[in-house]
Amino acid sequence: MSEHIAATEAPAVAARGVWATVRRRPLFWTSLAALGVLLVVAAFPGPIAALLGQPDPRACDLSLSGQPPGDGHPFGTDIQGCDVLANVLFGTRTSLFIGLTTTALCLVVALVLGTVAGYFGGPADRVIARLTDVFLGFPFLLGAIVVLNSAPERTPLLVAVVLAFFSWPTLARLVRGSVRSVREAEFVQAAHALGFSHGRIVLGHVLPNSLGPVLAIATTMVGGVIVAESTLTFLGVGLVQPTISWGLQLSTAQTYFQTAPHTLIFPSLFLTVTVVSLIMLGDILRDALDPKGRS
Amino acid sequence: MTRFLSRRIVELVVVFLGVTFIVYAMVFTLPGDPIAALGGDRPLPENVVAQLRAEYHLDLPLWQQYLHYLGGVLTGDLGTTFTGRPVSEAMASRWPVTITLALSAWALEMIVGVLLGLAAGLRRGSILDRGVLLGTVLATSIPVFVLGVSAQLVFGLELGWFPIAGTSEGWPASYVLPAAIVALYGLSSVSRLMRGSVADTMRSDFVRTLVAKGMPRHDIVGVHVMRNSAAPVLTFLAIELGYLLGGTVVIEGIFNLPGIGQLLFESIRTHEGPTVVGVTTALIVVFLVTSVLVDVLSSLLDPRIRHE
Repeated sequence: MSEHIAATEAPAVAARGVWATVRRRPLFWTSLAALGVLLVVAAFPGPIAALLGQPDPRACDLSLSGQPPGDGHPFGTDIQGCDVLANVLFGTRTSLFIGLTTTALCLVVALVLGTVAGYFGGPADRVIARLTDVFLGFPFLLGAIVVLNSAPERTPLLVAVVLAFFSWPTLARLVRGSVRSVREAEFVQAAHALGFSHGRIVLGHVLPNSLGPVLAIATTMVGGVIVAESTLTFLGVGLVQPTISWGLQLSTAQTYFQTAPHTLIFPSLFLTVTVVSLIMLGDILRDALDPKGRS
Repeated sequence: MTRFLSRRIVELVVVFLGVTFIVYAMVFTLPGDPIAALGGDRPLPENVVAQLRAEYHLDLPLWQQYLHYLGGVLTGDLGTTFTGRPVSEAMASRWPVTITLALSAWALEMIVGVLLGLAAGLRRGSILDRGVLLGTVLATSIPVFVLGVSAQLVFGLELGWFPIAGTSEGWPASYVLPAAIVALYGLSSVSRLMRGSVADTMRSDFVRTLVAKGMPRHDIVGVHVMRNSAAPVLTFLAIELGYLLGGTVVIEGIFNLPGIGQLLFESIRTHEGPTVVGVTTALIVVFLVTSVLVDVLSSLLDPRIRHE
């Protein structure tokens, strides 16, 4: 009975405190609304594009190459005569897919390794610490460039996996620190005294109480991953045609920026709004979880 | 101190071996045959291929190749490119560009970031504070190449203030735009760290004591708050310098600056394996040495760290 209370009470209280803090912040609702809209766009890009003009991002008319925003093409057309708006809307799906997949993969790895290192300590901790050091030891983009450059077919899934392979260590360190600080808490010692198994203590008591800050940083990370994908694509080692993505649009647009600036402006606007919302949301959650920042 | 340092150096050697092995394995086991590529459209004769493979130890198992390479590194030899030039020679002409860019960006980050962070941290909740926070979020959300290309268009082509490519006009003209853009990203972190650190210090007991005994505000801030909030910012700045010296692939590419980052990117694209490995090794050494310096520096500033 008592363990039941311990397991459910602690996170519930924390969640209520966080909720009371975040719901009074207008920025929280703004970023949440922006992300909601983007998720809807990512789910139904076709119908939404049809509502606003051209439904098919691949229906291109070369005679309309590089037209500025106007009738039927609210965001204008790109250099191939394709509708910029339709491409931006379909690109939302790719970017969010990569951002969320990469972060989810990192979270899984980070939770497993970080918990083992933080909870058990000792040799496991030392091995994992060195492993994260090794991965943090070279610039993140470099590793991704080397691997992606020799990949035969660069699909969004492959890019997501490669990005995850090089970005899990930051999260793993965070989980480790967070778990370590909870490990010594009284309720964990009580659980030990009651003779609970390690699995039960970790899943029921340690993790629920150390997840908060990790999830806040993970939210911010989704934004970082989206930027990283577009940068890799810009360098020519990220996504390739026929995938539709903001990164691909931007890397083409860069060449024709002087004659058709709108092809660069609209995709980067969407990208920036997405990333800003994610970073804001992560920041607000982190502030709310930090007792010092709570009003 | 000696014990602390020797433990750090042992860790560093382990990390060095780990990183170089991963890079080596990635470069030489991933698909793409550099020797075959040397011949272009006409396949090289078999005996030439065999001789080249033997020369670059590519006919040995991976771990033996790695040991050969490691032996070279320990005697100061970073390897030879497939075109027969020593890698260190290929890097020599690139260093000045990258070092100039890195130091310019770093100085900008430090000065502007610390000042903005200090101002924002002293007046939490003010318009300036909100502006700094919003600015830092915006800056990190726009991909570096979008900013780079836009800056080229506005300040280079439209206004004509700065050249948009190459290093022909030397420092500072050719470096202003790229350094400013690189700095913008680090600057965000510096000002945020400084802001948080200053705000924490301002709330501490000793500052309250100083206020209570009637010390002028500019003395409190200039002498005591600055010194006590500097530690995390200094650590970040030192690590940042290590990263910047690794060359910024994207910015060097956009502004066509022939630096280390560009060399590395070109050699990855052309499967120039020995150059990739050699350049990376040099970068890792720079990065690891900076991180040990950071540790020494912060343990001098804060004795608690070395007795941990």
